[in-house]
Amino acid sequence: MQYHSLKWLLALSLISTAHAENVFVTLEKDNALAIVDPIEGKLLKTVLVGQRPRGIALSPDNKHLYIATSDDNTIKVFDANSFKELGKLPSGKDPETFALNPAGDKMYVSNEDDSLVTVIDIKNKKVLKQIKVGVEPEGITVSPDNQWLISVSETTNMVHWIDTKTNTIVANTLVDSRPRAASFTADSQQLWVTSEMAGTLLIIDSQSKQIIKTINFDVPGITNDKIQPVGVIIDKDRNKGYVALGPANRVAVINAKTYEVEKVLLVGQRVWNLAFSPDQKRLYTTNGTSNDISLIDLESQTVTKSVGVGNYPWGVVAKP
Amino acid sequence: MNSRLISMQTIQKNVIPLKLLAIKLYCVQAMRLVKHPTLAQGSYILITFVFYAVTTLAFNLNDVQAATKPTIKASTTQTINAAAKQSINIAYLTQEQNPPASLSNLDPFIKEKGGIGAELGINDNNTTGEFTGQQFTLKRFIVPIDGNVNETFTKEISSQFKYLIVNLPAAQLKPLADLTIAKDLLLFDVGTSDDSLRNEECQRHVLHLLPSRAMRADALAQYMMKKRWTQWFLVIGPNPEDKLYAEAIKRAAKRFNMKIIAEKTWEHTYDARRTAQSDVAVFSQTEDPYDVLVVADEQGQFGEYLDYRTWIPRPVIGTQGLIAKPWHKTHEQWGAVQIQHRFLEKAGRWMEEQDYSAYLAVRAIGEAATRTQSNELSKLKDYIFSDSFTLNGYTGTPLSFRAWDGQLRQPILLAAPRSLVAVAPIDGFLHPKTELDTLGYDQPESHCQWNK
Repeated sequence: MQYHSLKWLLALSLISTAHAENVFVTLEKDNALAIVDPIEGKLLKTVLVGQRPRGIALSPDNKHLYIATSDDNTIKVFDANSFKELGKLPSGKDPETFALNPAGDKMYVSNEDDSLVTVIDIKNKKVLKQIKVGVEPEGITVSPDNQWLISVSETTNMVHWIDTKTNTIVANTLVDSRPRAASFTADSQQLWVTSEMAGTLLIIDSQSKQIIKTINFDVPGITNDKIQPVGVIIDKDRNKGYVALGPANRVAVINAKTYEVEKVLLVGQRVWNLAFSPDQKRLYTTNGTSNDISLIDLESQTVTKSVGVGNYPWGVVAKP
Repeated sequence: MNSRLISMQTIQKNVIPLKLLAIKLYCVQAMRLVKHPTLAQGSYILITFVFYAVTTLAFNLNDVQAATKPTIKASTTQTINAAAKQSINIAYLTQEQNPPASLSNLDPFIKEKGGIGAELGINDNNTTGEFTGQQFTLKRFIVPIDGNVNETFTKEISSQFKYLIVNLPAAQLKPLADLTIAKDLLLFDVGTSDDSLRNEECQRHVLHLLPSRAMRADALAQYMMKKRWTQWFLVIGPNPEDKLYAEAIKRAAKRFNMKIIAEKTWEHTYDARRTAQSDVAVFSQTEDPYDVLVVADEQGQFGEYLDYRTWIPRPVIGTQGLIAKPWHKTHEQWGAVQIQHRFLEKAGRWMEEQDYSAYLAVRAIGEAATRTQSNELSKLKDYIFSDSFTLNGYTGTPLSFRAWDGQLRQPILLAAPRSLVAVAPIDGFLHPKTELDTLGYDQPESHCQWNK
């Protein structure tokens, strides 16, 4: 009896903690945010957030949710629990992707039409600087050690290394055709960059700024030109990296030590962005044209469920 | 792994002191063995990858605390100076055109389609060039209506340029490309869709950026097949180009097993107000029923009259109605919105297909120059024809050139006046190498023999 109640108590506590996790997905064509319970695999609700929402991020304390509403030309700040709009940030024109520094007090926005990166002081809602970069900046990220701001320009095929102290470009790495996304490893030693048109993943050493490895993907039954890598993330222990392969409808699992492609997982159509669960036990993917997200269990490396969320799911982030 | 990295050597060169400027140059030279599935046997041939150079330039605009970062230590001064830059000079040649007879005032006559696209490409190339130490220039030559194109080429272009973008009709491109001095250049044809220039009359020094008529016709045929519009009524205009377009349609019909149940040449008036209503109704009556009316009227002299006026209600497709283009104003996927905006801002009008092709031509030169870190014609040409060459055309698939006829491999947009209907290759049309090669003359079908 005692054993049973203990088991129940344990199960209950597990459920209650697990249920706290929410996955937020921006829906580009619905002007809305989808809120998903990833444990139940259920869409909880959608809330209207503004025109053409794309990039999304949580503040480090998980209290604020930032959403780039591209056609409103702003980045909106929401309460991450009530989804009440708290304010707007001066992002510049047509914001799509953005990144926060580890402290969460600065935001860096790619302004694709103007070939600029806008640096914003979040607290004072002020633009600190606009940095001229290559044509059509897209992927943007800050190294976990806060030394580097990375801006990737799609048409210039360049990774710009921007010093976060001076906000100036100090180095550039030429990469494969149409680079899209960039992610640092947790130790900040490597930058992983996807090139959509070349179909490659490049691993760049942060110290030398040189490409140390080019990874190609091969999916049986799919021609090479359909393999268009977009979103990329690496787990905190640098064991495995994951790359969304776009219209190949797969997520590739890469051994971060041997750089071998270990597996490709079938997800929804035109998969482009990825996010870990806070405990990094699950991976969430946005599938642009099948209007759903896929939930991947990373222990078994299997897709456990897909959840319909709305039209054109774009960005994804998980809140504990 | 389809393209496997066999060996990768990283050569770290020493810092090159160039007075105040100091660039740290790293070269990654990779020899790749690329597996290339051939169509006939599905066997693999080995192609040695030409040369792959990745340069990391460290430069600095302001004073940076260089001491803290060893990689940027060498560069404490201004950006790369002009003297250190490698120049790649591109010429653009076209001739003024007489405004054609127009159906209506809806679409204003555009004097020169193409040049602004090339300029946009130069801007993009130079943004990359700023970071890689290369400078691209474009000189536009617009020959007056009564001028002589070959004379301009011989006197002003041939000795000074290696890369020439030609926006001329087939009748003028051919004699120009035939000149002996033209063979020392690389020509980028952005003005013709002629299949003959890509087949029997192909030349090794001419690349074709616009899709051929065969590619356009195949794109439409794939769509009609998907819709099961298998019975076609073909209407042909009076001009020689219309006949060529009709030939491409007939080839596509045969290729995709469609049936042309009737074929008629338009011989009526070109004035909508007076006679279209009655003319078309009579003209579009055929003995056998048809699913779709396919029109070949490249100049747009009567094609627009057909829709809504046919004897039986049938869609119009071809040069009017649903059209096949490499670029269209309705296209906004795959980052196209950005380039549509950039062009609109620069030109004050929508991007036409010649502009798009000229943009791609300049970008192809830029991409090859950046990757090879060279301005030498032979190196750039080799790279353009290699398997590693990929170009982004904002159409969702990497673009490249067909090694057997110099045609740019590209998707075709199927567009209605205000909506993008489909993008060919249509899903389900498969190919062992790339589905893009389901459009137009594939390698086994090509009549192009480079070394004739």
